[in-house]
Amino acid sequence: MFLRNNIYLAYLSGFAFVCICVLIGVSVGSVSIPLSTSADILWRSLWNLNMPAAVNETDVSIILNIRLPRVMLAVLVGAALAIAGAAFQGLLKNPLADPYTIGVSSGSALGAVIVLYSGLSLPLLGSFTLPVISIITGFLTLLFILGFVRMIEKTLRTETIILAGIIVSSFLGAFISLLIALTGEELRQIINWLMGSVSMRGWEYFGLMFPFFIIGVLLLLLNGKELNALVFGEETAKTLGVDTDKRRIVILAGASLLTGSAVAVSGTIGFVGLVVPHVVRLLYGPDHRLLLPLSIFAGAGFLVLTDLGARTIIAPTELPIGVITAILGAPVFGILLYHQRRHRRKG
Amino acid sequence: MGYFYTIKDAIEEKGDDMLNVEHVSGGYDSILAVEDVSFQVEPGETLGIIGPNGSGKSTLLKMIYGGIKLDSGNISIHQKPLHSFSQKKLAKKIAVLPQHMEETFSYTVRDVVELGRYPHQQGWFSRHTMEDEKIMENAMKETNVHSFANHSLDSLSGGEKQRVFLARALTQEPEILLLDEPTNHLDISFQLSLLDTLKQWTKSKNLTVIAVLHDLNMAGLYSDRLLLLENGKQKALDKPGYVLEKEQLENVYKASLQREEHASVPRPLISLEPAYSNLSEMNLSLDQLTVNETEKLVCIESPFYWKTFSSAVIGAGFGWHRYFVNRHVEKNYHVDDVRAEFEYYLQKEKYDVADTAAMMTAAVLYDGSFVRVHGYPDIFVYVTAGISNAVDASLANQKETTLNQNGTINGWIFIDGTLTEAAYAQVMMTATEAKSKALFDKNIFDKETGTMATGTSTDSLLVAASQTGPTFEYGGTISPLGKKWQNLYMKQSAMH
Repeated sequence: MFLRNNIYLAYLSGFAFVCICVLIGVSVGSVSIPLSTSADILWRSLWNLNMPAAVNETDVSIILNIRLPRVMLAVLVGAALAIAGAAFQGLLKNPLADPYTIGVSSGSALGAVIVLYSGLSLPLLGSFTLPVISIITGFLTLLFILGFVRMIEKTLRTETIILAGIIVSSFLGAFISLLIALTGEELRQIINWLMGSVSMRGWEYFGLMFPFFIIGVLLLLLNGKELNALVFGEETAKTLGVDTDKRRIVILAGASLLTGSAVAVSGTIGFVGLVVPHVVRLLYGPDHRLLLPLSIFAGAGFLVLTDLGARTIIAPTELPIGVITAILGAPVFGILLYHQRRHRRKG
Repeated sequence: MGYFYTIKDAIEEKGDDMLNVEHVSGGYDSILAVEDVSFQVEPGETLGIIGPNGSGKSTLLKMIYGGIKLDSGNISIHQKPLHSFSQKKLAKKIAVLPQHMEETFSYTVRDVVELGRYPHQQGWFSRHTMEDEKIMENAMKETNVHSFANHSLDSLSGGEKQRVFLARALTQEPEILLLDEPTNHLDISFQLSLLDTLKQWTKSKNLTVIAVLHDLNMAGLYSDRLLLLENGKQKALDKPGYVLEKEQLENVYKASLQREEHASVPRPLISLEPAYSNLSEMNLSLDQLTVNETEKLVCIESPFYWKTFSSAVIGAGFGWHRYFVNRHVEKNYHVDDVRAEFEYYLQKEKYDVADTAAMMTAAVLYDGSFVRVHGYPDIFVYVTAGISNAVDASLANQKETTLNQNGTINGWIFIDGTLTEAAYAQVMMTATEAKSKALFDKNIFDKETGTMATGTSTDSLLVAASQTGPTFEYGGTISPLGKKWQNLYMKQSAMH
C-alpha cells in the first residue's frame, strides 16, 4: 500500500533529498553560484581540503560563512519541528497537532522573549540560558494545556486540544506583545523574529540548538513502537505492554526539547510539524518507526526550501519564513480538519 | 459439539489457579463501582460476567488488566500478585479485546497485528524476528484476516476490524483473554463466529476467557460459569443453569423475562417481556373469537394472538397464532409435501401463514361441533371426527404402516387464562385420554385388530391459551381445568 517495501531506499532517498536541498539552498541567492561549484566547495570544506585555484574566494566565503550556517540552522529547525509534530500527532491521536497549533511554540516564544529582552543569563548555562528557558516554558505550557484539556474531558478530543492551544497562544501572544511594547524596541525586527526566521544567526545558534536536537531526536526515535501503540488509545497501549505513564513523559519531554530549542533560535515557525508528517504519512504510512526518521529528512529539506523562498521571492526584501510556512500550512490544516470531521461523521 | 462441565474441586486445585480474584473493591473517584468480588478462574475456562448497566462489569475487567487500581483486595495470576508484574510481563499473560477502538491514522492490518508482539520484544531497537513473523501469520490465519493483511484498517467493516484486534490479542500469546462486550456492533453471524472461535481456543490453546457479555443468551451459551453483578456486588457465581434463573434475573435487571430451554444445546434461554403488548388494550376473551364455516374450511379467527401448542400440520409445536384453520380434503388427497401444499393453499385463501395453525381432515366439516363453557376459566372446544380408520394404539406394533388414512379426529381447545408449559402438556394428555374414553363409550373398533380403538392414526390436537388472566399450573385430570374440559371434550368426540 505504501512505499515502504524497501526501508533503506526510503532512508537513502530522504538523505539525498536533504543534501540536494542544502546544495540548492547555498547556491541560490543574490549572488548565484553554480551547483557544481557549491558542491565542490562543500565537499572540500567537509574534508578540510584546499580549495582549487579556480574557485572564487568570495564564493567560498558566501557559502561557508553566510549561507551554510543559515541553511544548516534551517535543517535543524525544520527537522526538529517535523519530528516533534509527528510525535505530538501520535501521542495525542490527532493529525492536527503540531508545536504551533497546540500552543507549545507560544510558550517557548514567551520564554525566549523574556530572556532576549531582559538579557537574562543563568549561572553555568551562559548562552544556553536562551534555549533552556525556552524549552522549560514550552514544556510547562504543554503540561498546562494537556491538564486543562483533561479537565474539560477525559477523551482528549482533537478540537478541544486545538481550541485550548489557541486560547493559550492568544494569551501568551498578548504577553509577548506587552513585553515588546514595554521595551520600546523597533517593532519590525521583533515581528520578523516572531514570525520566524533563520537569517543572520550564524554558527553560534546552530551550536546552541544542536545538543538539544540530538537528545530530543533520540528520545523520540526510541519510542516509535510505543507511539504506534499509543495511537490506539492509552488504555489499549497499556494492555499491549506499554508503560504509558513513563513513555508519555519521555515523548512530551523529547518533543518539548526540540520545539523549545527551535523556537529559541528561530522564533515561531508554524505548520512545519503539521505539513511534513502528513506528507510522509501519505507516502510511507503511519508506522512511527519509519515516520519519525523520515520526518527528520523531509522537515529539514522542506524548511531549507521555504527559507530559500523567503529570501528570494521579493528579494532584496526578506520575508519571515513563518509567513511562507503559514501560507502553505494553514490550508493543509483546513483540509485535514475537513477530512477528519467528515470521516468521523461517516463512522 | 458438546457442552460438558467438568466438576472441578476448587479447593483441591487452588494451587494451580490461573487467576485468583479475592475480595476486590474499587472504582473511580472514590465511588465504589465494584465491591467485594471474589472468584477464581481455571486454565481453559470461560467465565462470563453479566449484569445491568452500571453494575461494575467493565470496571471489574479493568481491574483485572491493571487499568484501574484496587481500593482493597487482591488479584493474582499463578499466585503472583498483579502489581508485581511489569506492564510488559502482564501483557504476556493477559490480552484485552476492547469494546470499541479509536483509530486516527490508517494503519494496515499487519501493523496492528504486529503490535501484539510488543511485550515479547526486548531492547530499544529490536526489529521483529522470524518467530514473531510466524506467530503473526498464524494469528491472522486463525482469525481469517490474512487475506487483507495489507489493507488499511479503516477500509474494513466492523466485524473484520474486530477480528483484526482479536488477531492482535492472539499475537500476544496470552494465557488469559479479556473481552468487553465483544459482540457489540456485530451482526449475528459475526457474534457467533467470534464466540465459536474463542470457545475453540479455550480447548486447543487452553486459553482462559473472561468476557463481559450484554446478551444473557450468548453468555449462557458460551460460558462455563457466569458471574452476575448487581450494583458492583457479586450476586451469583455458578453454571449458567443456576445463574440464569428467572426470579434472580428479574430482580437484578428489573425487567420481566421468561426462561426456557434451548432447542438444541443444554443451556437456558432468556426471553424478555415487553411492557407493551398487542394484547394489553384489548378485551381478551373467548368472546372475541369468530367462526367462519364453509364446506371446505372452518376458520376460527381472533383479533389477538393465542399461545398454542399443537400437532397441527401448520404451526406445530409452541407458537403464537390467531387463525385456526380446519381444512376439508378429499379421501384420496395425496401429495408428497403436505406442508408446502398446505401453505400454498392458505396463501391462496389469504391467510397469513405465520399467524395460522392449520389441520386437515376428510371428515365432513358441517358435522363439527363447538361448545363454549363459561366458568373459571372460560373454555371453548371445537372437534371434528372421522373414525373410518380408528386404531388401537396399544397394538400399533402389530400394524403395517400405511399412510394417507384420512379418518381423523381434530381437536381445538381454547382456554381463557395463562398456562405454564407443564399445563399445556397435561391438557394434551387429558384431552387424549378423554378422546380414547369417548371412542370406548361409542364402541368403536380397530377394524384390523378387532380390538377397541383409542383414536385414529392421524389425529391432531391444538391447545390455545390467551396467556392473560389467572395462571393455571396444572391442566391434568384432577385439576378443575382438566375435569371441566375433559367432560366437554368427551361429549364432543362422542357425538360422532
